[in-house]
This record gives sequence, structure tokens and C-alpha cells, in this order.
Amino acid sequence: MAEIKLTLKVTSNVPLDVGAISPNNFAGKSLEEIKSLDVWEGNHKARLDDFFEVEGEITPNVENLTILLHGNGSKFRKLGKAMSNGKILVDGPAGLYLGEEMTGGTITVNGEAGSWCGTRMKGGLIEVKGNAGDYIGASYRGSTEGMKGGTIIIHGNAGNDVGSWMQDGLIKIFGDVGQFAGVHLQNGTIYILGNSEGRVGAQMKNGKIIILGSVPAILPSFSFEEVRDKVKAGDEKVAGPFYVFSGDIVENGDGKLFISMKNNPHLKFLEKP
Amino acid sequence: MELLIKNGFVYDPQNKVNGEKMDIAIQNGRIVESVDPTKAVIIDASNMIVMPGGVDLHSHIAGAKVNAGRLLRPEDHYKDVEVKTPITRSGVGHSIPSTFTTGYRYARMGYTTVFEPATAPLKTLHTHEELNDIPILDKACFPLFGNNWIVMEYLKENRIEECAAYIAWMLNATKGYAIKIVNPGGVEAWGWGKGIKSLDDQVPYFGITPREILRGLCKVNRLLNLPHPIHVHCNNLGKPGNYRTTIETMDCVSDLATDDKPIMHVTHVQFTGYGGVDWASLASRADKIAKYVNAHRHVTIDLGQIIFTDTTTMTADGPFQYQLYLLTGNKWINSDVEAETGAGVVPMRYRRNNYAHAVMWAIGLELALLVKDPWRVFMTTDHPNGGPFTSYPRVISWLMSREVRRKILAKAPRLTRVRTNLSAIDREYTFYEIAIVTRAGTAKILGLKNKGHLGVGADADIAIYNINPTEIDPSKDYKKVRRAFRNTAYTIKDGEIVAKDGEITKASNGRTYWIKPEVPTDLMDAMKATLVEKFEDYYTVKLENYPIPERYLAQSTPVNIKANL
Repeated sequence: MAEIKLTLKVTSNVPLDVGAISPNNFAGKSLEEIKSLDVWEGNHKARLDDFFEVEGEITPNVENLTILLHGNGSKFRKLGKAMSNGKILVDGPAGLYLGEEMTGGTITVNGEAGSWCGTRMKGGLIEVKGNAGDYIGASYRGSTEGMKGGTIIIHGNAGNDVGSWMQDGLIKIFGDVGQFAGVHLQNGTIYILGNSEGRVGAQMKNGKIIILGSVPAILPSFSFEEVRDKVKAGDEKVAGPFYVFSGDIVENGDGKLFISMKNNPHLKFLEKP
Repeated sequence: MELLIKNGFVYDPQNKVNGEKMDIAIQNGRIVESVDPTKAVIIDASNMIVMPGGVDLHSHIAGAKVNAGRLLRPEDHYKDVEVKTPITRSGVGHSIPSTFTTGYRYARMGYTTVFEPATAPLKTLHTHEELNDIPILDKACFPLFGNNWIVMEYLKENRIEECAAYIAWMLNATKGYAIKIVNPGGVEAWGWGKGIKSLDDQVPYFGITPREILRGLCKVNRLLNLPHPIHVHCNNLGKPGNYRTTIETMDCVSDLATDDKPIMHVTHVQFTGYGGVDWASLASRADKIAKYVNAHRHVTIDLGQIIFTDTTTMTADGPFQYQLYLLTGNKWINSDVEAETGAGVVPMRYRRNNYAHAVMWAIGLELALLVKDPWRVFMTTDHPNGGPFTSYPRVISWLMSREVRRKILAKAPRLTRVRTNLSAIDREYTFYEIAIVTRAGTAKILGLKNKGHLGVGADADIAIYNINPTEIDPSKDYKKVRRAFRNTAYTIKDGEIVAKDGEITKASNGRTYWIKPEVPTDLMDAMKATLVEKFEDYYTVKLENYPIPERYLAQSTPVNIKANL
């Protein structure tokens, strides 16, 4: 296993596009070459070593490469862009567009991730130990192609529009989420252990959303189906019981909402005999 | 500044130069007989192709609907970003690039003149604001008249001369270049909840048929002596079985032709060359259209070739865009422009493995290959409706190589080969013919005397491509052709090098052409007297606020014409 350690030495006041930092881009390059990779500070091109101390050992094999990042990355954009293998460990916040279009490998963040984490990802694993922003695993604005595979695990809370236009894969959130979780969901699974602020699954076509916490209300365009004891989220079996709703009828959808019965007694009136 | 382009293989179809090794001399932005080789900047073009700068007669690059498309599609910008350089500005956009990027990308491909083919007269100020921002290129715009209330009223009462005076006034007021007709009567009929299905259906309230509109405007065009014939987007566009309407449209003005000069340009014919009764039975009728065009000299066409890519469709044909929305379920914009026209925007992705799209792809190429006279068929993608203009090199390689066409057909659904004739066509374009369909022919039909050729006195708009026609076989080396046409070795605009090896070296301003007609004052005054009333009745703007002053144009270049009135 080879490790390359990047330590942020200058904090930027403007967005710092670090799309060049990925195991795919580092593998097979000398330390000198890695130091000279392009990063963009706002609209100015700079070198990687203008912002980072670079040390460690190099390797030609992507799968053996781990990149360790230290420092406050809250201004980062596109860290680990389009990576397909290897590991990135971030000690601190990881900025926006984390793991954009990634197809494999692992990103672990010991801190917070910004919005658009895992946007349009196709494979791999993103694990965030802190909170995350809005649009987790979503499509780009205006586009209808969201996350297509892989797994995103958020240990804290997440914002609005989790999994917007998601097409496959799994998003697991241990904390609470904002509004519109799974909006335009096409397929795949969103598993939320905390509470939701509502409007879950608006305009969803397919896929499932599991909520263990409370939900203020279910959209009127969903219909009650049954009560179920357990449901699968990826490889995991989640114990219920759950109210199962199907919709979104306005999109002719056949998606499923699994809402915990225990934490949502106010939804009992929707239950049909 | 003096320039001398030495030893290039020159293709200049208007002067019948076919790949001869020649020198081209340039002085003060014009092509001249000779320059002093000791003083001039010498460009060594040996082993390269020298052609006149490209002239595109149909490309939606500016205007209200183009900008609406930009607003509708943030995801289109994200895919394609141009970084700023000391000379160029930054920009974004794959199918609808921002104005500056549009200019740079065209210049890199060797195009120097591009015309915006549809602008609602009321929104033309916006079009000119955007045209002003497009660097390097010479440009113009065609105002829409096919659904204009005032035009329909004049034509209904058969007041052709007054209609001509009105259109002369409008071209002057909007700084337009030609008469554009989109779905004549059909857009207005849709506003009444009705549809136009044939040339003899009546527009509600106005009681006029598309045939009368087309014939009337064709006569007006003749009376005004406009440099470009009427530019027609047919009825029933994008509907299976519409090839009959297209041929009827071409035929409805055939008796008005008096000489060999074309009197009608039918645009993006690929979208109107469909057989079959629905999308499942869609078939190519390009052969029928080509047969008509081959037999009649009064009509010219352009392709509207589609590219298998993600793009944005936008036309003034509101009803068609509504149909496309129903078909795709994509997000959409539709709008009505008071008393004049409509418009719509729908994103679209053409896929090779979709039967209908593969047939559409084949129809475009069939048209280009079956029309015998290259002076009457022009290469366009109806940017961005069929695909972005940046795919022109791809279309050129398809026209020049049977092999690549067969390769793509082999990957398309099997029925495509049965219901189109493309696999049976062996014709391959030569560089000479490519020069005709991309610059010489288009400049001629647009009536641009100083464009599209390299004769003495022509504007020094030149494209030099790094490809040796004596060494390569375009039929086999289609990839090299595509690469060469993507980025010029040099693009020269008005005698200055604006692009070199795919890099912009100078971002100059281009001209805006517009028609300044001379109409007898008594006729114009009589027309204006009635126009004031009509404006009061129909428009939310005052007549005085309607015309665009010439000072709004960055580099105004009026074309003076004298009407036969």
C-alpha cells in the first residue's frame, strides 16, 4: 500500500477546483509531476504545490494508492472527480461536488461534506462521518441523469433533495434529512434512519425510500398499499413495521415509500382496512 | 496588411478552380492579383487545402428563443466549458454555446459568415444585441413573416404591392435580410386551437391558406428584388408522411419562376422528408424529394442533418415543438409573439439505436447524395435542432466516405437498412463538392457577391485546412478528414489571421448585413397610413418604438436594393 499525504498550507477565499486530486490521476506519476498538476483557484490556474505540501510514496497501481488529505477543505470543489479505484481519506471538511462522476474506489471523510456530494456517481463508496449538504447523489441542475450506482453513507444529517433523479445505487443517511428526499427518484434505494421534513418522493417513478424516523405528512399523490414487517435496503434487512405507500401518481410512478409505523402514529388515518 | 498564401491546393468552385496549386494574394481585406512578396506576410500552405471562408445559411445562433434555450438547459453548459485566454472570453454550452464561444468555434472550423434564420420581428432587437456579441463572423438575421397578421390580411385581399411595401418597411425596421416563413399559417391556426394539415387548409379568422401565403410572399420577394429567395420551413414538419406536403410546397410556386434563378429555399428538408403513417412505420422519402429537386430549377434545399448526440431543438414552429414535448416528455418552453409568430424549445437526444432517429439520420445524407446539383443542396444541421454546428466535420466525413456511412448503418436497427436507400448509394463527395455545399453555393443563394469565392475583389475570408488532397483518400481516411475540418491551420477574416491551428489569434468584430430597400414614397406613405391603425389595434408597442435604429448594430452593413414597384 502506498500513501500520498497532502496537507493544505494556504486556505483560499474562493472556490478551489481540486478535480485533479484522485488516485487515477496520481498513479504512475512522480511526486514532481503530482506537484505540478493543475488546480484552479477561482478563474486562475495554479499548481497543486501552491496549495498543498505533497509527500509520501508513489505507485503505478491505482488500487494500492491511498491519498490522505489534511486541512480545511470547505472551499474544495470536485475532490476525487471521476475516480475509478483507490482510496481518498479526508481529515476535515471536503467541500462541494465530492466524488463527482466517480465510478469506483472509496472516499472517506472525517468531517463534513458540502452539497452535491456524489453527484452523477456510477460506482464506489463515499462515506461521510459528519453532516452533508443538499443534493446528495443528485443530477446536475436541469439534467435528468442522477446517481447511477454505488453507495453513499452519511453518518450525520443531510439537506434537501437527497437523491434527486437518482437512477440506481444506495444512499444511507443516519441522521435527519430536509425536504424532498428522493425527488424525481427513478430507481435505487434511499434509506434514512432519522426524520424527514416531508414531501418525500415527490414525482418519483420507481425505487424505494425507507424512513425510520418521523415524517410530517405523505403527499396526497401517494396511495396506501399495506403494512409490511421488514424491507431490504441493499444487502441489509431493516425491521419495521412499515406503512407502504406507492406513487407518485402524478408521474404514473410505481415507487414505494416505507415509513416507520412506530414513529408516525399520525399517519394511521391513511391506513385502509 | 498584406498576406500571401503560397502553394495551397485551392478549391474555389465559383471560379471553377478544382484543387490547383495556386498563390492567393491579399491586400486591405480583399483578394488582389498580386502583392509584393518581400513586404507581405507569407503563409506556407503547401500540402494544405485552401477554400473560401465557410458560409452557413441556417444556424440558430442568436435571438430570444436561443437564449430561452440557454436558460432552460444549465446541464448543457456544464458539459462543455471554454476557458478564457488573453484574447478570447470564457464561455459555455454544447448545443447552445454562449455568443462569444459561438464565434470562436465557427472561426476555428473555418466559417466566417453565419446567418440566423428565424427571428420574431418584435424580438429582433434582442437578436441584434446577441449578433453584436458574436465575434469574428459576418452575420444577418431573417425575420419571420409566415404567420404575421398584417401580411395575412394584405395577402387575403390580394394587395401584393402594399404587402411588399410593408415587408420592405419591416426589413428596414428590424434590420433583417430575407423573408423567413415557418409553418405558414400553422402557428397562427394553432393559436386558435386548430391545426394546418395541408396547403389548402384555412387559417381561422384570417381565411387564408398556406398556399396563398407562400405564393404571395414569393411574389413580394420578387417585387422587392431581395438577394435571397423566400426561406421556407414547411407545414407538417416532423410528422411521418409529410414528404407530400414538402413537394406540394415546392410545387406551389413553380409557375412563378421566370428564369433559372431559384425562387424558394426549403430548409432542413430532413425533417420534412418522412414517409410512413406513424413513427413505427417511418421511412425515407428523400428519393422523391431529390427527384423533384433534380427536375425543377426554382428550388434549393438544405439538409438539417441530425447527429447522434444530446441537443436542443428550437423553432418558431410552436405546434411542432408541442408535439415533440408530447413525444419526449422533456421539459419545454412555448411562447406566442403577439401578432407575429410563436416559438418553442425542447431538449432532445438522438440515439443511433432508435429506429426513428436512425432513419432521420439516413434521410439527411440521402438528400445530399441524391440531389445531383451540389449548387442547390447545402450542408446544415439546422443548428442546434439536428445537432450542434461543431459536428459539421463529422457530416463532411459522412458525405465523403461510403465506408463510414455503412459502418454506422451496420450498427443501426436492422429495419433502417430496409426502409432507407442509403446503403445502396455509392456517391462520395469530392473536396470540390464539399466547398460548394459549405461555402460557394450558400454564398450564391444568399446573394453575397464578395463571399464564397477567391476571385479578385472578394472579401479575404479564407480557410486553410491541414490536409493534402493528393495524398489521402477521404473515402478510407475519413477520420483524418474529420480532424482536418475540425480545426483549420489558418482562418483568415477580412485579411487578418483570426485562428491558427485551432487557437483564436484575433477576436475582431464582424459585420451585420441588412436590407435597405428603396420603395416609391407614395406607396410607402399609403401603406404607413394604414399601418398606424393596425399597430394601434394589434400591438402592445407603439409604431414609433418598433423600428431598431441603425446605431444598435455594432458594424452595420446595409445592402441597398431597388424594388420593382
